[in-house]
Amino acid sequence: MVIVFRQKPAILACAAVAGPLEKRSVFFSYFDKVLEDERVYEQTNEKGQMALVRETCKVLLEKAKVKNLDIDYLLSGDLVNQMTPTSFAARELAVSFIGLFSACATSISSVIVASLLTEVGASNLAIAGAASHHNSTERQFRYPIDYGAQKPATAQWTVTAAGYVLVGQYVDGSPYIAAATVGKVIDYGQTDPFHMGAAMAPAAYQTITDHLKQRGQKIADYDAIFTGDLGTYGLKILKAMFAEDGIGQEDLKIIRDAGEEYYGEDKRFQAGASGAGCSASVFFSYVDLQLKTGRYQKVLLVATGALLSPLSYQQGQSIPCTAHAIEVCV
Amino acid sequence: MKEERYQQIEQQITPKAPVAFNMLKAFLVGGSICAVGQAISYFYIIFFNFTEKTAGNPTVATLIFIAMLLTGFGLYRRLGQFAGAGSAVPVTGFGNAVISAAIEHKTEGFVLGVGGNMFKLAGSVILFGVVSAFAVALIKTILVSLGVISW
Amino acid sequence: MIFSFLFAFVVGGLICVVGQLMLDVGKLTPGHTLSTLVVVGAILDGFGLYEPLIDLAGAGATVPITSFGNSLTHGALAEAEKHGLVGVLTGMFEVTSSGISAAILFGFIGALLFRSKGTID
Repeated sequence: MVIVFRQKPAILACAAVAGPLEKRSVFFSYFDKVLEDERVYEQTNEKGQMALVRETCKVLLEKAKVKNLDIDYLLSGDLVNQMTPTSFAARELAVSFIGLFSACATSISSVIVASLLTEVGASNLAIAGAASHHNSTERQFRYPIDYGAQKPATAQWTVTAAGYVLVGQYVDGSPYIAAATVGKVIDYGQTDPFHMGAAMAPAAYQTITDHLKQRGQKIADYDAIFTGDLGTYGLKILKAMFAEDGIGQEDLKIIRDAGEEYYGEDKRFQAGASGAGCSASVFFSYVDLQLKTGRYQKVLLVATGALLSPLSYQQGQSIPCTAHAIEVCV
Repeated sequence: MKEERYQQIEQQITPKAPVAFNMLKAFLVGGSICAVGQAISYFYIIFFNFTEKTAGNPTVATLIFIAMLLTGFGLYRRLGQFAGAGSAVPVTGFGNAVISAAIEHKTEGFVLGVGGNMFKLAGSVILFGVVSAFAVALIKTILVSLGVISW
Repeated sequence: MIFSFLFAFVVGGLICVVGQLMLDVGKLTPGHTLSTLVVVGAILDGFGLYEPLIDLAGAGATVPITSFGNSLTHGALAEAEKHGLVGVLTGMFEVTSSGISAAILFGFIGALLFRSKGTID
């Protein structure tokens, strides 16, 4: 379903904060702040994730020069037990809060909801975005951190990072959300939780195709199309699917993936990065800067999410995936 | 996009596991852990009057102690990534499964966290060990009492 | 003595290779692989085949997880020989208690001493 925004909900400010390991990220220099401790000196991983959300929102408010009482809504979510880290962070921010779950696609689904609230005039300033924390996500979805299981080359590394945007009424010169596509849930029967990129690629394909079709656009109309966390192999699969449709290699070059690029060439991270914070921290730092400096005029940000749970995996269910997209122009 | 076509593309692009290389690494690391075990059992035989038969128990306990140190310092995870089954199949892998779960759930307290989750990975090994041992021993005992086979 | 090390290395290594095949080719999870190997160890002892392997390879046969199934069965059979069917139940942990008690004890101590860190190196 494609939504076209008449009021041009604008991205007024962006903030990205990452954990200590993310110093290795190629996007490191674009982050606003890097935490020195992976748990932000808290006792538990989950509290650490809460602090990560809190810190990022704080940076965002400082950058936008507003106070938390000026904020109408916080729209966010995470992957840990009923989203408690984000909910607990919202408790401290003391703003109206809607928790959203689209797995790693929450970074964009939250911006879509924020844009809708702005469009109908219900919100003047809304914070949207997502965070993920390596330790708390791994223990939730896979194994204890110190368990010695061999990960295949297709596995991805959940990042410790958060990215948030301040969405508000349009002001001249700011990047704005021109349109958005809320993705369908696509399931092509993939079952391997260590090969998420393959499961998510069809969802990204579907969402991008739907968006272009209904907007009457083609890939070459964009300066860049960014997917969230497909990783090395997921991105290859996505490009192969577009190549099937007769799209040339030159056009496919503008499709980039935050997860694939996140850690550069370091093979210890296998197929790259994943997690809601992966797409959020890249979209809302690097991509935002490219828009503000005029290198990009029009980008499509597509966050992909694998909607599995440890329970559904153990019960032998396949991995349903979704992808949400926003068209950002300047 | 047809689903079958997607499956073909996915098969083409997904890298195959380097089975031969993984087997070699598992062989070398697994064999080395067993050789270390052999050395430890000689140590117990020579210095503590254990016999070849009884040295197994203290050897296993010592290996699990070493596994605890490696797990705690985050080294067993890296060994596991390199060796695969080579570090999972020896009893140190069993120890790693128990100890990593115990360390991980420390944040939920020692009763609900460590106690409740310690065996969440290794529990199935104990379960199937006990059930299969019971079945095997039961069948053998019945067969012996029927005079089909002897001890 | 040199040969005992060699046999331990080769036999132990080969059991791990079987495990690696189950992981890579059989696409089993580590949990399924280890559970299967334990069952195999128990069955081998039922046929009286595991003890000769220990005599040959020493730690090469006692260190892999298959020996856990073997010693459970072995304890059960030893008691069954003395006390009949009741012994099957009571004898199971006779031989194998050290692995589990060590894992529990060192798990507890590990939890006291360490905390997990999400580092790459």
